[in-house]
Amino acid sequence: MSAITRDEVAHLARLSRLALGDDELDHLAAQLDQIISAVARVQEVAAEDIPPTSHALPLTNVYRADEVRPSLAPEQALAGAPAAEEQRFRVPRILGEEA
Amino acid sequence: MKYDEALAKYEPVLGIETHIELGTASKMFCGCPTGFGAEPNTQVCPVCLGLPGALPVTNHAAIEGIIKIGLALNCEIVEWCRFARKNYFYPDMPKNFQISQYDEPLCVNGFLEVEAEGETYRIEIERVHMEEDTGKSLHVGGATGRIQGADHSLVDYNRAGIPLVEIVTKPIPATGEKAPLVARAYATELRELVRSLGVSDVRMEEGSMRCDVNVSLMPRGAAEWGTRTETKNVNSLRSVERAVRSEIERQAGVLSGGGRIVQETRHFHEDTGRTTSGRSKEEAQDYRYFPEPDLVPMAPSREWVAELKASLPELPAARRRRVQAEWALSDLELRDVVNAGAVELIEATVAAGADAGAARKWWMNELSRRATEQGVELDALPITPEQVARIQAMVAAGELNDKLARQVFEGVLAGEGAPDEVVAARGLKVVSDEGELSSIIDRVIADNAAVADKVRSGKVAAAGALVGAVMKATRGQADAGRARELILEKLGAS
Repeated sequence: MSAITRDEVAHLARLSRLALGDDELDHLAAQLDQIISAVARVQEVAAEDIPPTSHALPLTNVYRADEVRPSLAPEQALAGAPAAEEQRFRVPRILGEEA
Repeated sequence: MKYDEALAKYEPVLGIETHIELGTASKMFCGCPTGFGAEPNTQVCPVCLGLPGALPVTNHAAIEGIIKIGLALNCEIVEWCRFARKNYFYPDMPKNFQISQYDEPLCVNGFLEVEAEGETYRIEIERVHMEEDTGKSLHVGGATGRIQGADHSLVDYNRAGIPLVEIVTKPIPATGEKAPLVARAYATELRELVRSLGVSDVRMEEGSMRCDVNVSLMPRGAAEWGTRTETKNVNSLRSVERAVRSEIERQAGVLSGGGRIVQETRHFHEDTGRTTSGRSKEEAQDYRYFPEPDLVPMAPSREWVAELKASLPELPAARRRRVQAEWALSDLELRDVVNAGAVELIEATVAAGADAGAARKWWMNELSRRATEQGVELDALPITPEQVARIQAMVAAGELNDKLARQVFEGVLAGEGAPDEVVAARGLKVVSDEGELSSIIDRVIADNAAVADKVRSGKVAAAGALVGAVMKATRGQADAGRARELILEKLGAS
């Protein structure tokens, strides 16, 4: 039995605004299932004396001082934008795309 | 449904989420400046734009600020916690996620006591967590500049990444008809508290403090709470009160008509005082939070927390209790002083040498009136507590009477200089030369013989007209009390 269903893949795709066809959903569901199964093997070695790990480095409290550093010029900031207008990033309509 | 009718049938339960931008010099995770009102996209860099390869680093001053807020709200500061990624597809964050905190907030389980119409309410605080603010969108092509019906949007990311503290209350039950007032009192007290800490300017009109108000209704006597709505971006203290009231009326109308409340986000409209439906919440909830891999956990040392706790200034509630005792104010007088925003101004005036009664009188009467006339806050008037104290010192020394003092206030506020300069330039000194005053009185008595006769015959009250004439003759610069004494003496009526 697969750990991840085709419906779940469709849900994730929609949250990420990816338009996936039926073939792609089937293909990815199978792949994701394999990936998750592989990662799940970690649980087999996890014992009670091993705390869950979210970071590779055993560090805490890494901070920077509250100092201002130069920002980008607006033309640099907007250089990679697909569209710009009035020195702002222009984006397609936000609501209504699913209506 | 009418408010009174709604309250007769239903009991409201409130919840308030408040976002406060911290006043740090730089952003939460990068060195971009945070000033309000800069040209669009001039305060952005690879980190806050989420460009590939950029790495965030936490601003120490922001963490210090949130811990101070947590401590002032009587919270426990946790020993270890992480940031989390809140993933969502919305262009106000260029990264497609916001760095926030999820199940491990930095501060938990606090409370804030607030007062509404003489009653004290203890508002329980569930959590205070650290996150980053989002960008600002301009919606183009819609009729009203709103997101609905817009053709496209223009985004400015200057605000994206500014340190943002979110303060979440536990559900607030049993406030009944006072629910809107309690909500407003909470927002007011929270603003005062954060302002006293000096970690934010908490300006609701500029968006550095924003409230989201949750309201649900249950039938009176019911045990189970109703479905709640969340009204977003309520941007003034008055709007907090109006939004709660309006949402109570709306929900009561729906429920008593047999309908059900949909759990949703609603928008408050300043112009109508009403809320309208926003995005449906059920779909939007899937944020797929996970621990932020680019930031290491925070483990504030107990020593640091203790140090910050010891560094907290006197908090507003304690200060109010103290000044009430020191200045011998009734509850009502204290409330007026607090509502006028005059506590600190009076304190500073007293510190500069004035007695508390006089300091309060000038700020609450003369200066409050002028601030109202000019439509500004009291502390925005161009006069300092030291200057008020100086004017009062001249009154206390008998060099000015109240009427002259008011002319000095007028001069200082008009930019004519310091009190002593205004006094000199306008020639405002009480006539204290007895010889001069005496001859003026002789002239007034001669000019008003009929009135003088009345006083001579025992109608002492008639002397008032003579005092008035003396004041007029001296352009208000005589000591009215002394003039009266001399008049009565001269007319044999003393």
